[in-house]
Amino acid sequence: MDFGPHLFLALLEGTVSAFVLAVTALGLSLVFGVMRVVNVAHGEFYMLGAVLAWWLTTLLAGSPAIGFGVALIIAPLIVGAFALAADWLILRRIDYHPESTIVATIGLLYIIQQLVLTFYGPDARPVEPPLYFRVSFPWFGYSGYKLIVVGASALLLLGVWLAMARTKFGLYMRATQQNQEMAQAFGVPVRRVYAIVFALGAMLAAAAGVLVVPIQQAHYLMGLDPLLLSFIVVIVGGLGSLRGTVVAAFVIGLSDGVISVFFSPTLAKIIATLFVAMVLVYRPSGLFGQPEEEA
Amino acid sequence: MTKNKGDKQTIATTDTGISRRTAFKTAGVLAGAAAAGAAGAFAPGSIIRPASAHQGDGNNALRIGLQVHRTGIGAAYGKWYERTTNAAVKLINGHGGIGGRPIELIIEDDGTDPKRGAEVVEKFALQHKVDFIFGTLFSHVVNGSAPRAGELKVPYFVVSEGYHVASGSLNRYTFQPCITDVRSQIQGISSWVLGNLGKNVAMIYPDYAFGYNHRDFFGAAVAANGGTVTASLAIPPTESSYTKFFAKIPSNTDLIYHVMVGPGVLTFVKEMGEHFGSNRPELFGFMDSLEAVDMANPGLDYLEGSHFWEAMPRYAASQNTIGANFYRSKVGVDENGASVDDSKDIATFSHMFGCWETLYAIKQAVEDSGYRDNTAKDKEALIETLENTRWYNEGIEHPQGHKAFNGKLHQCFGSQYISKVNGGKLELVHTTSIEDGLYEPEADYTKMSL
Amino acid sequence: MTAGKTGRIIVLHLAVIAALFAAQYFLPAYHHGNVARILVLASFAVGYNLLLGYTGLLSLGHAMFFAAGMYGAGLPLYYFDIGVIPAFGLGLLASLALAFCFGLLALRTSGVAFLIVTLMFAQAFFLATLYFNEITLGDQGFVLSEQARTLNLGGVGFSFADPTVKYNAALLLFACCMLGCLALVRSPIGRVWMAIRENEPRTRMLGYDSYRYKLLALVLSGVMSGAAGAGYALLFAYVGSTFASIQYSIFALLWALLGGVGTVLGPLVGAGLMFYLVDIAGDFTSSYLLVVGVVLVVLILWYPKGLLGSLRERWLPWLP
Repeated sequence: MDFGPHLFLALLEGTVSAFVLAVTALGLSLVFGVMRVVNVAHGEFYMLGAVLAWWLTTLLAGSPAIGFGVALIIAPLIVGAFALAADWLILRRIDYHPESTIVATIGLLYIIQQLVLTFYGPDARPVEPPLYFRVSFPWFGYSGYKLIVVGASALLLLGVWLAMARTKFGLYMRATQQNQEMAQAFGVPVRRVYAIVFALGAMLAAAAGVLVVPIQQAHYLMGLDPLLLSFIVVIVGGLGSLRGTVVAAFVIGLSDGVISVFFSPTLAKIIATLFVAMVLVYRPSGLFGQPEEEA
Repeated sequence: MTKNKGDKQTIATTDTGISRRTAFKTAGVLAGAAAAGAAGAFAPGSIIRPASAHQGDGNNALRIGLQVHRTGIGAAYGKWYERTTNAAVKLINGHGGIGGRPIELIIEDDGTDPKRGAEVVEKFALQHKVDFIFGTLFSHVVNGSAPRAGELKVPYFVVSEGYHVASGSLNRYTFQPCITDVRSQIQGISSWVLGNLGKNVAMIYPDYAFGYNHRDFFGAAVAANGGTVTASLAIPPTESSYTKFFAKIPSNTDLIYHVMVGPGVLTFVKEMGEHFGSNRPELFGFMDSLEAVDMANPGLDYLEGSHFWEAMPRYAASQNTIGANFYRSKVGVDENGASVDDSKDIATFSHMFGCWETLYAIKQAVEDSGYRDNTAKDKEALIETLENTRWYNEGIEHPQGHKAFNGKLHQCFGSQYISKVNGGKLELVHTTSIEDGLYEPEADYTKMSL
Repeated sequence: MTAGKTGRIIVLHLAVIAALFAAQYFLPAYHHGNVARILVLASFAVGYNLLLGYTGLLSLGHAMFFAAGMYGAGLPLYYFDIGVIPAFGLGLLASLALAFCFGLLALRTSGVAFLIVTLMFAQAFFLATLYFNEITLGDQGFVLSEQARTLNLGGVGFSFADPTVKYNAALLLFACCMLGCLALVRSPIGRVWMAIRENEPRTRMLGYDSYRYKLLALVLSGVMSGAAGAGYALLFAYVGSTFASIQYSIFALLWALLGGVGTVLGPLVGAGLMFYLVDIAGDFTSSYLLVVGVVLVVLILWYPKGLLGSLRERWLPWLP
């Protein structure tokens, strides 16, 4: 393919993955930013969203569009409930201590993976997109559904931004993120905020999983890669900055696609990876983060 | 500033952390959830199961260990390996066992991980004290595990289709008697493919051991047949979207040779369809891409008219022999290659036969060599018997087809099947001969000491 | 620190080594082999713990140091059959060089940025082992022959395939790493590390060049991890990309945290516990991951500081 169209294709692909990544990473950004804990099981919430989407669309086998719509609402709710339970049973009781949380969420990861392996199985199963059409560009064809994913993700991101900026709960979240002790002193119910933020983060990841599953398939190991990428995006964007997370998602999502135009796939990945690392080396607080205060 | 009375607990922990009672409560709930999950009657397969799946008669039993990928990336294969093995053991034991001795089958999960694989080999040899180990599939696990089997002097039968055994890099205790290796497979099919589908080939393969074999061996075959490789694309293991790679395929390509493995396969085909549309080159793939995947999936209609290598034809109509039909009925696979209990549960038909046939190969070797116990003398007799084996004949013991066995390489050679996708099903169009797949041996295990 | 405390500490740690040495004469064959493995993996975790537990730097990339040692020893042995000791030395050198160069770049960051930088570099390293598969044989890896793994000392051949040699070599490796760690953390260097862990700006204000100390910690941590990797290649005969993948970085983290981060013996406890947890759970159910996950959660609920960490907190405050 000629260079121009090739680049255009890479940009399209990059945009799709950037949007999905932004939604997944946003969930992690909230959890990491507000609660300051590393949730190693975040990718598993994404995977649960995809698997539940498969289950729900299989139950409502009539129309793919309706089944998918239901899945997009119900799956995140189920995952959110699960996350609330995990917070109440586990995280709250170790007081969100960072290192204990890592071990606990690794345990949670094993539990979720095994449960899915047992009840869903080891196979990768597809889900039909709610609408299927092919967009014909002069040089290549492209999946119409992917463009829908872009739109849906954009809506989700907008929704989260509005919630953060305009609602009381958003205010509580931002206050807790900036200074947890001060927020508590001002009457913010920090414990409850934590629980809801954790659930919200899981729900966003699950929603991303539902959106992505018609493009990829639902497989019980699919959560690891989104986990890693989300982490990278959150840190590169800057802790505590949702805008940074979204921008970083785009930088990383697009650069991966563009670099692969010029180099072989594995080499492209190596270069993209080192590029991200060097961004952090020279700007440790990330693109939009506040530099760490001296204690 | 008033403190919110609703929030009683402060954030800072007390010195002793959580109370024991709370921990018990939590542990109880979690354990309860775990038990519920584990004991769920509607869960597929038995969950709580001791490692030993078939109890033999204590002293007289022949203990055989199945090293299976129950979890990890190979789990879809492992599931069918286990089913096939259980069916074969049941059949063999039902007919008096091996030389009058029942098989006691012990199953361990290696998590598709080379480190765990080696640990499991030790467990089989030193704790379970098995006579033989078999069943490993993924090449990196074979490479991680086989050395330990060699050190522990346990006969180790690989069911992998990797080129590792025949390359001579393993040890004299390791055999691959009933599944052909990828080099032989490629050798066998390449002249038909290049002669019938096209000579300007773009190769897409995973950036993985298995992929390199295809890159190297098929690349050599292309050159030998007067063709050219227009693109050679190694896809990194974590890749889940392939569209950007299709863009690298130049327009003078007549044939795309694809060997994608893993969960991304359906995406791969769908995106290939979206990218090329109706104006596409010929496609040739290996069934590894579609093991356990339903050909009737809507996303796969793009494959209509394309060709695939199969080790054993998934659709019964393509191989209507007594042996194949009997085997199919015993392992519970219907004429479309799906489980008889669930038409959406597709078998890994091009691999699992290896387990069935290997057990019969073990039976033959034990009975012919007079192997009784785990002694150096008996093992030597067994290994020499195996090395002197020349043929495995097609039949209910070897339903996939005739095989020639090369004692020096510890590897068998057999027929390969090329099928065409027609109406959402696979139809056999060509069967290679054993000679098509022969290559110059590069090793001789018989020269190694035991 | 009174002399009595020091004595107690040294006696305890030497006793652990003595007990491990004696154990080889009592352990059934299966557990004998397991302990050898656990000791090598625990050495990896001890190296990791040096950086996390004592200096307070959380890394998600230590698999690259482990793999650097593994490839550094394995590649020359595979291609040139250079002998066990030179191979081990090259493994150490490779991980040292990598840790040093990496440290020069990465220690400009700290906290979460450092975390991601370690992760990224480790991922790049893993991908590089795949990319250069002509040499490294990539994911499939390669097998080291028994002959290549035989140490010739004064005419006597010690084959690493032999269980006794394997066990004692693993024990020697672990003893060096563990005692080295013990010596370091109780030395002035160790105290500066712990000061950096608690409050780096204040440590700098006191006149210590924290960057230099962190670099030292990173390099020593990397070399220990590399030693474990080289040991693994020599003892268990297999080198492959799997060991450079992220899950091995997570293992080191898990073993250190579970056993007790910031304790010298914690990593051994963590590595051993995880090994046997998987092993025993697998005997009872095919859903063993579930059991492992539940046990991890329960253990961390009871012992938030890890097993030895909680032990130290409640009963043995002198445990280093």
